[in-house]
Amino acid sequence: MVLKTEPFVLNIGPVHPSTHGVFRMRATLDGEVIVDLEPVFGYLHRGIEKLAEERTYTGVIPLTDRLDYLASMSNNLAYVLAVEKLADIAVPERAQYIRVILAELQRLASHLIAVGSFLNDCGAFFTPFLYMFREREKIIDLFEMLSGQRLLYNYMRVGGFNQDLPDEFLPALRILVKSMPGYVDEYDRLLAENEILLARAKGVGILPRDLAISIGASGPVLRASGVKWDIRKADPYSIYDRFEFDIPTGTVGDCYDRYRVRIEEMRQSLRILKPALEQIPGGPVKSPVPHYLHPPAGEAYARIEAPKGELGFYLVSDTSIAPYRCHIRAPSLINLTALRDMAIGWKIQDLIIIFGSIDITMGEVDR
Amino acid sequence: MITSPGPDLSQYWSTLAPDWPGGFWWHWLVFSVIIIAFVLLLVMGFVYIERRSMARMQVRLGPNRTGPFGLLQPVADAVKLLLKEDIVPNTADKLVHFLAPIVALTPVIMVFAVVPFGDGALLSDLNVGILYVVAVASVASVGIFMAGWGSNNKYSLLGAMRDVAAVVSYEIPLVLSIIGVVLMAGSLSLNQIVQAQGIPFILFQPLGFLIFFIAGCAEINRSPFDLMEADSELTAGFHTEYSGMKFALFYLAEYGEALALSSIIATIFLGGWRGPLLPPWLWFVLKVIIVFFVMVWTRTTFPRARIDQLMALAWKFLLPLALINILITAVEVLAWPEGLPWGLIFVNIAIMAVLVVLWSRKFKLGWGRVEV
Repeated sequence: MVLKTEPFVLNIGPVHPSTHGVFRMRATLDGEVIVDLEPVFGYLHRGIEKLAEERTYTGVIPLTDRLDYLASMSNNLAYVLAVEKLADIAVPERAQYIRVILAELQRLASHLIAVGSFLNDCGAFFTPFLYMFREREKIIDLFEMLSGQRLLYNYMRVGGFNQDLPDEFLPALRILVKSMPGYVDEYDRLLAENEILLARAKGVGILPRDLAISIGASGPVLRASGVKWDIRKADPYSIYDRFEFDIPTGTVGDCYDRYRVRIEEMRQSLRILKPALEQIPGGPVKSPVPHYLHPPAGEAYARIEAPKGELGFYLVSDTSIAPYRCHIRAPSLINLTALRDMAIGWKIQDLIIIFGSIDITMGEVDR
Repeated sequence: MITSPGPDLSQYWSTLAPDWPGGFWWHWLVFSVIIIAFVLLLVMGFVYIERRSMARMQVRLGPNRTGPFGLLQPVADAVKLLLKEDIVPNTADKLVHFLAPIVALTPVIMVFAVVPFGDGALLSDLNVGILYVVAVASVASVGIFMAGWGSNNKYSLLGAMRDVAAVVSYEIPLVLSIIGVVLMAGSLSLNQIVQAQGIPFILFQPLGFLIFFIAGCAEINRSPFDLMEADSELTAGFHTEYSGMKFALFYLAEYGEALALSSIIATIFLGGWRGPLLPPWLWFVLKVIIVFFVMVWTRTTFPRARIDQLMALAWKFLLPLALINILITAVEVLAWPEGLPWGLIFVNIAIMAVLVVLWSRKFKLGWGRVEV
């Protein structure tokens, strides 16, 4: 006897514990298996690109904080790099070092959340998540010393920084860099060889190398698919060419590879932090920049390797005090386009972890 | 106190009723009150233990504001739930939605009718005690399916369907793993099973214990098999649409099931009320809490399995091992009808280790898709 069945449309989100913000997926299910998936986003649209056209070049920095709110420092960096390129401003040596240090710390903090919430999506009831929050807290404390803020730092300025590091920052950072490798190993040991995690994540949600390249994926999602592409090496910005580090890559491009790549990247970030701390020179932290910047007419695109992938700012200047156009290449949004291809044919439970393994922030997807 | 029931009905009643003044009904009343108090108090204790020990394992404090050490937190939770508005969705099947929490909770309390709190201290020493436990406990899943269906919510329905699939599969290894114990004790009565445990059966039946524990956890939706209310996937599974007291009943049923499972494990594997020095009921409660603690421990540690992996585990891993366990136990009982020598403890533990290692070589939970 053949039973007649009909597809079952399940609305996952916009308010759902595992959509990491206000994201909605219209999943068409056959039993538990996903036959079609339609991502719906835009719930968090704030028009940041348009707002940027109405503000001075410095006034846009707080807006960039609100893109990927888990990695505000990286967003600041990408934006100020774009403005510096546009207005051709040199940055003092000390500021360059501080930027690298902050960007790598931010990568650590962001990856801690990414790995923690991925394991949480797998169903490990908050334990890895809270362990990782414990160390993220220390990084946040460091940022609080700098900016007085714990989430939206608004610390970087065009041409450097507004103020130098406080005296207690570097000693505290040294302690963190010393203890952090042990903690990263601890997270690694926590669940890396767990049979259930292997069963859940290995071979699940494979993003083939070709597809990853053709959709323009970047960051850990691309590297997990086996592409050795890291903007810090491919198109070095700031002073990344002075540091030695490896680009961890996966082989298959499944959820487990993305998880492993993030853990490895934390180790590599620490490898950059150590020499940066030793070599950091004295001197000014800001080159003289006029209060109201009037960059020459033209355009500039600066990109960095943000924790989630290639974050780019495209700015057009018409010599006024505000950008004529600001476009943001958000890695979360572009990585998210791979979701449908990865999820079809898998079960709802897999969809949740595939989505978690992409590691998106809705603030950046919707802008 | 233990007599074998005959075909005569009056003899049957006398089996149930001890020689107390007032006879059967007095006994019934006292034990009903004891059981309900036991379930309610220990569920509260469980909630407290779970929240505090989980917090401890997750480097945080847990509830510590309500009363000394946060001991009154479960009371505060209960009061809060009682005061909440009871919402019934517009499109729900009202009657089913209303009945579901009751159907889920009642069997859980009924299980305790045959659980001995001390030698002979139980409501009814049924001679088919353990069979009764298995039969009654699985009725709770009907309540869960009613909740899933009656809520008219897709998450609830998915959760409920997962629950039914899990219960149907896991009932089999669960029952088969009990048979080893029954063979050794020579009785289905829980009180006699405890009396037979000069050495706790967990030592003679390590494999049976492992299977029973895993299958039990899967049946009562404890992690890593908590697919029915997987909070990161189905928001809350079958009880998504429940609030107020109805939700509290589900909550009670859920922890009641954990309590029932811990009690049964303590009774048939850990020697129930037996133990030196302390009074029997205290031993029993201690063992129950230890078993529950192991469940909390696994919950904080493991990720969640997938539904097809859950099924594969039941049919490909637990079921064959349970059958092998019955075979081994039967041979041993046949060879030493007077009682197993203690040396067999090591033999059995070695057999368990070899089998588990062999099976885990052969059988992977499945990286990627599992064909079931």
